[in-house]
Amino acid sequence: MVPRLRAAGLRSRLAGPFDIALERGECVAITGASGSGKSLLLRMLADLDVNEGEVFLDGVARSAMAAPAWRRQVAYAAAESGWWEDMVAAHFADIAAARALAPAFDLKAELFDGHVLRLSTGEKQRLALLRLMVPRPPVLLLDEPTGALDEASQAKVEVLLRARLDEGCAIVLVTHDPGQAVRLGKRHFVMADRRLHPA
Amino acid sequence: MKPTIVLEAHDLVIAAVLIALDGVISLAFGLGLHRQLAVAAVRMVLQLLLIGVILARVFALASPPVTLLVILVMVAIGGREVAVRPEQRLVKWGNFTVGLSAVAFATGLTSVLALTTALRPDPWYAARYAIPLAGIVLGNVLNAASLALDALLSSVVREKASIEAQLCLGATARQAMGKLLRAAMRRGLLPVVTSMSASGVVTLPGIMTGQILAGIDPMEAVKYQILLMFLLSGGAGLSAVAVVFMAARHLTDGRHRLRLDRLVGT
Repeated sequence: MVPRLRAAGLRSRLAGPFDIALERGECVAITGASGSGKSLLLRMLADLDVNEGEVFLDGVARSAMAAPAWRRQVAYAAAESGWWEDMVAAHFADIAAARALAPAFDLKAELFDGHVLRLSTGEKQRLALLRLMVPRPPVLLLDEPTGALDEASQAKVEVLLRARLDEGCAIVLVTHDPGQAVRLGKRHFVMADRRLHPA
Repeated sequence: MKPTIVLEAHDLVIAAVLIALDGVISLAFGLGLHRQLAVAAVRMVLQLLLIGVILARVFALASPPVTLLVILVMVAIGGREVAVRPEQRLVKWGNFTVGLSAVAFATGLTSVLALTTALRPDPWYAARYAIPLAGIVLGNVLNAASLALDALLSSVVREKASIEAQLCLGATARQAMGKLLRAAMRRGLLPVVTSMSASGVVTLPGIMTGQILAGIDPMEAVKYQILLMFLLSGGAGLSAVAVVFMAARHLTDGRHRLRLDRLVGT
């Protein structure tokens, strides 16, 4: 079968080359020291940093797609969430769908009617992840998605991620938590010296 | 023109006593400014005398290539000013090329428009009109351009996370940066809006004051000033837009990435 996501010779001045393939419904966990290149890999897959090589989504080359269309499908959640309007609700294209998904993230519905400045770090992280997941992208590139969360919220987010995997979504998961890497990841790599090594 | 009060060298010497007074103030209160003050005063006198001599020569020559050369030198210095004022720099002389093109475009268009329509000296490119007009337009244009460039470059660095969050949701680079582009253009245009609202009430503009002191009828001076304010605001708007769009092109690429690697030291 054609892999959901495949990277071939993906490299930049700073990291790589990376060759990796994910099946539908597969999660690959990547751990490694800070600064080892984990985020660089995700950013290259999302085409946010200048890179060489090719990435395929369900067999379709990234170079054949406009960058915004690619990023809508190969969706990257940075460790630091970004906000550009004052009110929370203004960041959601489909606010009804966003509200419907909120309980799965252990988020209260009234957060949407508030100000971004009032959000805690953990709420921001979950809302950013929610924002990215509402359109159901076929690939998720997650950089420490539960880094700022308590155990209860983390468990809820993992339940949701597992449900998305069951639907066929492929996930590249960067995490500092070896437990999470084992719980979600079918395969586990360690990033060292800006290269991937099987764990 | 009415007979005017001609300034003699000794009149200027009397006025220079006021500079000496500043020096005494600096000494008396330990401000440590007297040396800088002296250097600045001497520089001012020498630079103005020099430009006076040059302008007199150029006006007398009435040679279009020489006029153009003088204006090009002024524009180049203006472009450099725009480039060095922002805290952030685009790599490979980016600030300079962006600043120079924006300043040249805005100054050229505004000055030529004024010379060929409102002022219409004969010929329209006469040095006596073209050089001072380009000079005053240039001063405003470079102010607007450098403010807009500084605002844009510092805001993209500050807002990296929010720009990239939008890109990751499928926004184009133009959409993701739209707010910052508008804010930077506003920043460039605000001073000229402020100075238009304040002129005549809070301040008497320098040009108008100069003309009145030189003996011109106040209404004539006012009409000149109104024309100039329109030219200056037009020039400021053009240069702010030009500098923002050109800098934005440097900061993004065909794959809709935010290229902060094209800023020095980021």
